[in-house]
Amino acid sequence: MDFLREIQELRQFFRSGRTRSVAWRKKQVKALLQLIHDNEQAIFEALRQDLGKHPVEAYRDEIGVVEKSANNSLNHVEKWMAPRKSHVPFLFFPAKGEVISEPLGVVLIFSSWNFPISLALDPLIGAISAGNAVVLKPSEQAPACSSLLAKTIPHYLDPDAIKVIEGGADVSEQLLLQRWDKIFFTGSSRVASIVMTAAAKTLTPVTLELGGKCPAILDSLSSPSELKTAVKRIVGGKWGPCSGQACIAVDYVLVEEKFAPVLIELLKKFIRRFYGDNPKESKVTARIVNKQHFQRLCNLLKDPLVVNSIVHGGSVDEEELFIEPTILLDPPLDAQIMTEEIFGPFLPVITVNQIQESIEFINSRPKPLTLYAFTKDETFKRKIVSETSSGSVSFNDTLVHFLCETLPFGGVGQSGFGRYHGKYSFDTFSHEKAILHRKLFLEIEPRYPPWNQLKMQFLRLAYRLNYFGILLFLMGFRRRN
Amino acid sequence: MADMAAAIISERMQFNSEDASALAKELRVGFDSGKTRSYQWRASQIEALIKLTQNHEEEIVRALYSDLSKPHTEAFVHELAANLSVVLIFVLSLIMAVEEPRRVFDAEAASSLMKELRGTFASGKTRSYEWRVSQLKTFLKLLDDHEQEIVDGLLSDLSKPPLESVVYEIGMLKNSCKVVLKELKHWMKPEKAKTSITTFPSSAEIVSEPLGVVLVISAWNYPFLLSLDPVIGAIAAGNAVVLKPSEIAPATSSLMAKLLGEYMDSSCIRVVEGAVDETSALLQQKWDKIFYTGNGRIGRIVMTAAAKHLTPVVLELGGKSPVVVDSNINLQVASRRIIAGKWGCNNGQACISPDYIITTKDYAPKLVDALKTELEAFYGEHPLESKDLSRIVNSNHFARLTKLLDEDKVSGKIVYGGERNESKLRIAPTLLLDVPRNSMIMNEEIFGPLLPIITVDKLEESFDVINSGTKPLAAYLFTNNKKLKEQFVKTISAGGLVVNDTTLHLAVHTLPFGGVGESGIGAYHGKFSFDAFSHKKAVLYRSFLGDAALRYPPYTNTKLRVMKALIGGGILGIIRALFGWS
Repeated sequence: MDFLREIQELRQFFRSGRTRSVAWRKKQVKALLQLIHDNEQAIFEALRQDLGKHPVEAYRDEIGVVEKSANNSLNHVEKWMAPRKSHVPFLFFPAKGEVISEPLGVVLIFSSWNFPISLALDPLIGAISAGNAVVLKPSEQAPACSSLLAKTIPHYLDPDAIKVIEGGADVSEQLLLQRWDKIFFTGSSRVASIVMTAAAKTLTPVTLELGGKCPAILDSLSSPSELKTAVKRIVGGKWGPCSGQACIAVDYVLVEEKFAPVLIELLKKFIRRFYGDNPKESKVTARIVNKQHFQRLCNLLKDPLVVNSIVHGGSVDEEELFIEPTILLDPPLDAQIMTEEIFGPFLPVITVNQIQESIEFINSRPKPLTLYAFTKDETFKRKIVSETSSGSVSFNDTLVHFLCETLPFGGVGQSGFGRYHGKYSFDTFSHEKAILHRKLFLEIEPRYPPWNQLKMQFLRLAYRLNYFGILLFLMGFRRRN
Repeated sequence: MADMAAAIISERMQFNSEDASALAKELRVGFDSGKTRSYQWRASQIEALIKLTQNHEEEIVRALYSDLSKPHTEAFVHELAANLSVVLIFVLSLIMAVEEPRRVFDAEAASSLMKELRGTFASGKTRSYEWRVSQLKTFLKLLDDHEQEIVDGLLSDLSKPPLESVVYEIGMLKNSCKVVLKELKHWMKPEKAKTSITTFPSSAEIVSEPLGVVLVISAWNYPFLLSLDPVIGAIAAGNAVVLKPSEIAPATSSLMAKLLGEYMDSSCIRVVEGAVDETSALLQQKWDKIFYTGNGRIGRIVMTAAAKHLTPVVLELGGKSPVVVDSNINLQVASRRIIAGKWGCNNGQACISPDYIITTKDYAPKLVDALKTELEAFYGEHPLESKDLSRIVNSNHFARLTKLLDEDKVSGKIVYGGERNESKLRIAPTLLLDVPRNSMIMNEEIFGPLLPIITVDKLEESFDVINSGTKPLAAYLFTNNKKLKEQFVKTISAGGLVVNDTTLHLAVHTLPFGGVGESGIGAYHGKFSFDAFSHKKAVLYRSFLGDAALRYPPYTNTKLRVMKALIGGGILGIIRALFGWS
């Protein structure tokens, strides 16, 4: 493969140390901003081609995210790079401790097709900010975006340090045979396992950004306006991001049985308001990415018990790869739609007797990437935070935690590991190097053999940081332990 | 000790599962008859037991001494005899030992262990601050109560000098516990995070939650410290934990199994002893984190197994940790610190002990002389006899080390030491000058008492030498030259760096300890241990207010404009957005 040479070049370039300077890092991030600025229309067009994304959605979920992330890095990268002092116990006097974030080296980023721009460029900003050389392998399932990135990036970013390599599974396999200093992967857990197995051969650390079934708990809200807002946000969090093809999209809703009819009515109302009476014509929702995923989604509905649970929508159009926003009420819990991540425009509504039961419901399933809960009950909130486990928790809203760069974004358990966004992206692509500075004077004799009881006694005191004891000891007052 | 262990094992082998089931059957018949239920029976048995301890006191004391080096105190046995409850526990443990002969820990056993621990973890028991603190306090008590046994265990496994055991193993653990006990409340507190205008009005925090059930696989060189320091971190973070100590340090392994079983909450903290089979059985399970200390070869196996279940790993490996020695320094102090880090740490069998030295051609003879003088001052003229040096752990490692030493192009380079005693598994501190770079000793981690010295024309070249190899766990520099220091810090990539000393950074709990590249993944110590076993959960609290319609479809160009203003920071746009204007 001809990219072997390219990777070697990257390694050489990294060794030259040029990626380490603040100036270089900032220049690259600025160039990236310039890239998305200059090519905004082309990006919109590529996203329309690959996924039928509306420009506003494309801006909100892709360009805007990258812009925000880039600006945040430009504002903070110097601070992130600064060595951090560590307090060193007096015993080691004279000594100074510090932690320095150093770039890992040459890193590999695999991005996914559902947000083909932001999930490629957001980690890239982190890798550059941390001073690494990077290979970006965009998803082949969003071909227009992949080729746009491959075409534009070399013109804007330093081609000696940042390369885009396009291709499918065969190229990925080849890339995984190489030695990397970090692999950052966004995608499915099946492929993640392959990536990590390959990484194990070279002891390469990995960050795995996966998905999972993100639940939304809807408590019985008494205020009608709050209820409306809640449902609106659920609709926004389900069909808003790429028609549900998002790792943090709402996967299903948990609600008390008696409350379900109200919820379903409101869901329908907002679907109508957002997508009109004929969603297919509205061109507001993204389409299903390709035939294969379309088929996968249709298969979820094959189970007759699942079909019977549809209370809204359900129409599909294979030609246009369109699936209508669809609501299901209590589909069987052992059906595929409730055991697999849906990643598409179906929203099962699952009823429970008591909303508190939803905690157990969630805990009996793999850990999701995000848990959403709409409630005003503070005790319930505390219970959710302390008794469930998920990558993140968002109360009374959907998706927006993704935009909060002070919060780490990443999964736990089946939803992945490692985290990024803001400073966390920088950390993900850095090695925190511990440094202890000592002076060559002031020797503590008991450190050295030959060992005897006196030295033992001294060291016992020293380890307890018992300075007074040490003083007494040095003055000749022996104390028993 | 080893012979005794072998004898015990062979004895166990004779007692097979058939015998066990026959025995159990027999006992069951006895039990079903109702005989054991009567008070008279119970009392008579206990009386008989007291008689037993009185009549056979001497034998018991001998047995205890041979197993555990318990002191010959008569009082102990009298107390035993007098105290019925102690007797009962004693009996119980005896019977249990008979009823459950040691079985191989197989996949089935691993999965039932996992199930049990998952159950305990799900109950939420391990999450409370109180549980964590009580376990750590109990652990401190364990260390206080059994210091001598631990020292004896390490003596038997490695001939580790008691001082090294007390300071580097027990002392470090105590410190780790104390740091946690002091800071834990603070660490557990959710960390407030600033929220941006995009999510206004909201508040956010980062909650540290336990990962679940974690596995710690440890190494033989610091068998006590490297097993229990991660366990302390796992407990501090509120996890259930299984420890698999190294079978290469059998005395310490069984001591830990025994003591942890006695002291710690066995519903959440377990020790599984064993070797390859047991480890494989454990690795098949789905853990929430695997913390492995050892070598890169096994590290790869562990990570590959973890990949199946997408389990995050911490790999604490080693590498060739270099020491760069500049000229014009206080050579005596430097030599002593190098020696303390090399031979004073388990005779070089430590992941951060200096692996080789780089110095200038001119300075090398002086350095060799200084090292010789100090080595003699520390370990005398017959270092093979010194009680202040650990032995080589076993004959495999002894053979590995002598092979490094006996390589043709290397054996002539010895300038000090080189003596060995195969039957006692001892190798004297050995200095080698100018070994070829392509020799075995310069291409694998030495992990023993051999210290090669490489010379360069100019000291700056040493950085290229280091960077041409894989990234080490530690790198050391002795110099007074400020510029050289800066250059070293900037260009050398290693887990940790120490300037003008060796290995000391390990003891500074405010510094993260862990490797990079070939020397490992992840870090621990102090708060970093807590973090290694925690998931940092982002929690965003929003109110129902401030719902900007521009987030929602139907999408229009106006919405796009406002969104741009919002993200670009345009004040007007932000004000408008705050009022929920569409």
